[in-house]
Amino acid sequence: MTVEETYDCRDAFAAELVRLARADDRIVAVCNDSVGSSKLAAFARKFPERLINVGIAEQDMVGIGAGLANAGLVPFVCGAATFLTARALEQIKADVAYSLANVKLCGMSPGLAYGALGPTHHSTEDLSWLRAIADLPVVVPADPAQTSAAVRWAAQTTGPAFLRIGRFPVPDVSPPGEPAFTYGRAARLRDGADATLVATGTMVSRALSAAALLAGHGVDARVVNVSTISPLDREEIVAAARQTGAVVTAEEAVPTGGLGAAVAEVVLETRPVPMRLLGPRTFAPTGETAFLLEHFGLTAGGIARATLDVLGLDAGGLGAGGLGAGGLGAGGAGGVGVDDG
Amino acid sequence: MTLAQAAGGLLLPDHDAIGAWRRLRDRLAHADRAARAAALAALAGGIRRTAISTIHAAGLGHTGGDLSVTDILTTLYGAVLRIDPARPDWPERDRLILSKGHCSVALYTTLTTCGFFPADRLATFAAPMSPLNGHPSRRAVPGVETSSGPLGHGLPVGVGVAVGLRLRGSPARTVVVLGDGELQEGSNWEAAMTAAHRGLSSLTAVIDRNGLQQGARTGDTNDLEPLADKWRAFGWEVAEVDGHDHLALLDAVTAPHAGSRPRCVIARTVKGRGVSFMEDRVEWHHKVPDAEQTRMALEELR
Repeated sequence: MTVEETYDCRDAFAAELVRLARADDRIVAVCNDSVGSSKLAAFARKFPERLINVGIAEQDMVGIGAGLANAGLVPFVCGAATFLTARALEQIKADVAYSLANVKLCGMSPGLAYGALGPTHHSTEDLSWLRAIADLPVVVPADPAQTSAAVRWAAQTTGPAFLRIGRFPVPDVSPPGEPAFTYGRAARLRDGADATLVATGTMVSRALSAAALLAGHGVDARVVNVSTISPLDREEIVAAARQTGAVVTAEEAVPTGGLGAAVAEVVLETRPVPMRLLGPRTFAPTGETAFLLEHFGLTAGGIARATLDVLGLDAGGLGAGGLGAGGLGAGGAGGVGVDDG
Repeated sequence: MTLAQAAGGLLLPDHDAIGAWRRLRDRLAHADRAARAAALAALAGGIRRTAISTIHAAGLGHTGGDLSVTDILTTLYGAVLRIDPARPDWPERDRLILSKGHCSVALYTTLTTCGFFPADRLATFAAPMSPLNGHPSRRAVPGVETSSGPLGHGLPVGVGVAVGLRLRGSPARTVVVLGDGELQEGSNWEAAMTAAHRGLSSLTAVIDRNGLQQGARTGDTNDLEPLADKWRAFGWEVAEVDGHDHLALLDAVTAPHAGSRPRCVIARTVKGRGVSFMEDRVEWHHKVPDAEQTRMALEELR
């Protein structure tokens, strides 16, 4: 078994932003004392006048972003996802989305990326909150290529956007030779007829691994990467429900309102089929990110087990030993169901 | 066509009104102080009357605050701001941000006197599908720089505008009009620090200091005093003026800058100004005048 290269998507984000800023002097970066954690040091060196660090003041930061856009600039407003979204949610709603301000909100280190720093620093609610806001595209790249392409899309598109820029290392998942990111379109990374694994961000590579595990159990699983959470690619979701008859979602965010809920809404309205929604449903215990992902069943094994469960198949051969501990969650025997936790 | 159908759609410039506003601006630029004061007073009187009628007709509005902020808006749009109502998106325009967005009727009425859209559209205020919402939307109303309503939003946006204009090398200025009650929102003080730290001398905050908020006096709710000292301590230069004295406002807003500090003009105002039974009465925060009260108010405002 080869060890895959993995990447922190913030690096791709930062490099692409510098590339774009070199060609377009309207691009500015705004941050909340997060030059380091938003990977803006190179940007600051090259364009010191265009890095606006407002200090630890997220409401101010987002309002300033809206003002910069009003003045004709293209601000990328960067901060740890939880502080950016939770602290400044009303500014995001009123100053950015409702005002249709040309602001690119960049939520860094989302989900469980801050590991043992704990639930105060985890950004697991952001997808739910932001998906509820009209006219705010919510984009979650899954690997470096998607990240770069999403940043380019954001810079070239007039209007608000939220980009969720991952920190937890991920392998490449984008198929070579195809556009890495198309706004509003989900990507079918693997076809399959028995069930569909719908994943976003860090969960995409794990869903692909889950599909490989499932193949060994005679289950032909489709894998769909949803990199635009809002607006959702309804057609691809409807096709998944209609053609495969079962859907499992996986995200590093609460599924109550995030990807899971978004997909479930479409499935329910169009072609109801059995589903399992994977994601943290409680505040996390202490532990590093990899441990927490295991704890919440957000592993290849956890996704595979949930898939067998939704299909009513025996998960016996997929015991915790072979697939990483913790995947079953607190309930254990019932598998990872929607009522867990 | 129903009112609702008429109310939807775009607000387009009123070129006759733009012409009249430009002539007024020219006249004021060359008038002596007495004539300038008289002209601005007449303009403000008209705005107050229209605002009262609009609120009465709609059955909605923040009457007290509309009347307290009227002279501030009149002075700024009548004699200060470099704008082109025919081109609301002119990149070099001065920006006015009404942070106290609940006083939308005063703003909308003032915008019609400049010709951003025709005054007859005020009849649609708050009607189904009207672009003239209870709080101003940047989507729908030309001249509105940012959607406002939730308090404590305007100053951070104004700071961003001022930073952005300076980056672009534009000499345009940014004026944020705030209520006093909303200074209880911490976001204002985040922005106040940033503005001073960045030396944003092109930024002016005008505070409609009427001393009342929705439920009580600001001093009895969460006291703001010593307000001028607070702004000075945050690194701003401060002027305190009678917020109903157009020339005093004009002088305070346009005084030459001594340095790089942003400017705060504390405009001491009376909520409900101009209507005796509304003045300094907390219940007129968002009470709507009935027909008789409207008649009496218009009589007093003649």
